Amino acid sequence: MKTIRLSIIGFGAVGQGVARSILSKQGYINKQGINLCVVGIADSGGCEIDDKGIDLMGAITRKKQTGTVATCAESAFDLISNVEHEIIVEATPTNIKDGEPGLNNMLTALNSGKNVVTSNKGPLALRFSDLKEMAEDNGLFFRYESTVGGAVPIFNLVHEAMAGNTVIGIEGILNGTCNYILTRMAEERLPYELVLKEAQELGIAETDPTYDVEGIDSACKLVIIANSIFQDAVTYRDVDITGITKITPEALELASKNNYVVKLICEAGNGTLTVAPRLVPKRHPLAVGGTLNVASILTDLAGRITISGKGAGSIETASSILSDVLHIARNS
Amino acid sequence: MIVSMTLELKDIPGQLVLALSPISELHGNIMSVVHQHEEKTPRGTIPVQITFEIDQRVLDELIERLEKSGVRVARVGEERLRSSVSLVLIGHIIHSDIGDTIDRIDSTGFAEVVDLSLSMPAIDRTSSAYLVISATGEKELKKSLEILRDVADKKDLLMIEPIRLNSEGA
Ligand SMILES: NC(=O)c1ccc[n+]([C@@H]2O[C@H](COP(=O)([O-])OP(=O)(O)OC[C@H]3O[C@@H](n4cnc5c(N)ncnc54)[C@H](OP(=O)(O)O)[C@@H]3O)[C@@H](O)[C@H]2O)c1
Repeated sequence: MKTIRLSIIGFGAVGQGVARSILSKQGYINKQGINLCVVGIADSGGCEIDDKGIDLMGAITRKKQTGTVATCAESAFDLISNVEHEIIVEATPTNIKDGEPGLNNMLTALNSGKNVVTSNKGPLALRFSDLKEMAEDNGLFFRYESTVGGAVPIFNLVHEAMAGNTVIGIEGILNGTCNYILTRMAEERLPYELVLKEAQELGIAETDPTYDVEGIDSACKLVIIANSIFQDAVTYRDVDITGITKITPEALELASKNNYVVKLICEAGNGTLTVAPRLVPKRHPLAVGGTLNVASILTDLAGRITISGKGAGSIETASSILSDVLHIARNS
Repeated sequence: MIVSMTLELKDIPGQLVLALSPISELHGNIMSVVHQHEEKTPRGTIPVQITFEIDQRVLDELIERLEKSGVRVARVGEERLRSSVSLVLIGHIIHSDIGDTIDRIDSTGFAEVVDLSLSMPAIDRTSSAYLVISATGEKELKKSLEILRDVADKKDLLMIEPIRLNSEGA
């Protein structure tokens, strides 16, 4: 059995989802000859460190009861640089101003010989090429499947399953909050403000929804796609962004009468990156409803391939993280 | 109807005016004139392609007048609008002069607004419109979209275009 040691940096919805899925899939993982051993967990309050392996259920319970996982005063930085392990799972909050604290966590890991798996878009939207280059220079993996589309394996699909294809363009819905709002507005003929409120009450939209509804989150994901799939060294500032706040129920109704739905579409291809509301024919594979995410990839050999699924959620996001972790475990 | 004609003019000054004036006299609306000086026909005449909008009922009269004045009508065809696109506009569509917005497309000569539905919920709220633009070809359609994008930008309207990639479905 090969033992792979990892740390989880950020122990919120995603970090805890990762812990839960490692617990629940232990038998499955062991059968592949791999033993995943979590040697450190960090949140904003501090760390728990145990080189023999942390009791994950205990950590989740303590987090719930005391608000922090911390059992020692060490910081995430100390954990990443000083504790021996192979992989860090970086799941701290997304910050698109300077990428912190995620950026420093990732750079520290790559500098101290640790592979990086992350769900945190911020550092990638700002410094993708630097991070990738640093990983390559140090012979390390840098994997980020869960940053775009949550559970939907876009990068795996393009880089592994569709290897040999040249991607001509990608269009997709990469923000579940916007998709929910537009779907409900169209179905119920309700104005934007009302549906936003409903989404906030359901926990689908944040108290400050700006990041989602103005298309910023979508743009960050598009930047990661552009870097990863088109090898364009672009950042968030290169995207032409229009959000959904001006959309009216009347516009959705007029579109519907003519067999269209309106979706916030991310589009990469022809050297341009755009996030904007677009008309999608009702029977088109991109016309998915609710909080679903979808990506349609147009390539030279395979033609069009479309995948959709859950773009967020604790366990769903952990699914992509676990897949990245296992990829590294198998190949190192 | 929109008509495209190939006329053959004698290679002497004043011929183009001779060809264009009957169209104007019959209230035709000239959209484009393509004049190819270098490409003479075997007869020594110069071919000119003219596209114009005219009442169908005066078309025969027009051809007669042209030939009487010595202009050879080599080809007459109805110009179909071949490419179209659906759009949604949101904003103060009426206040920002919808007539002018449509006119900016129609006056190109190669594209026109062929369908328009409006929805105005209340005087103080933004209105929404669905429209279809048709043009003589893909290139022309693109050009008319560029014009409309510019108009929408200046009038602070949100313009929702269809998805671009492979949008035929399947
Ligand atoms: N939720 C999803 O469905 C989803 C899907 C895809 C991607 N993502 C991305 O995944 C990341 C995590 O999301 P989430 O939903 O799990 O967020 P979350 O619930 O807010 O959790 C963030 C965690 O990071 C910790 N943290 C904050 N600052 C820290 C620091 N300086 N050092 C160490 N830990 C720190 C927080 O600590 P405290 O607990 O002490 O506050 C918290 O445990 C984000 O970047 C998000 O964009 C989320």
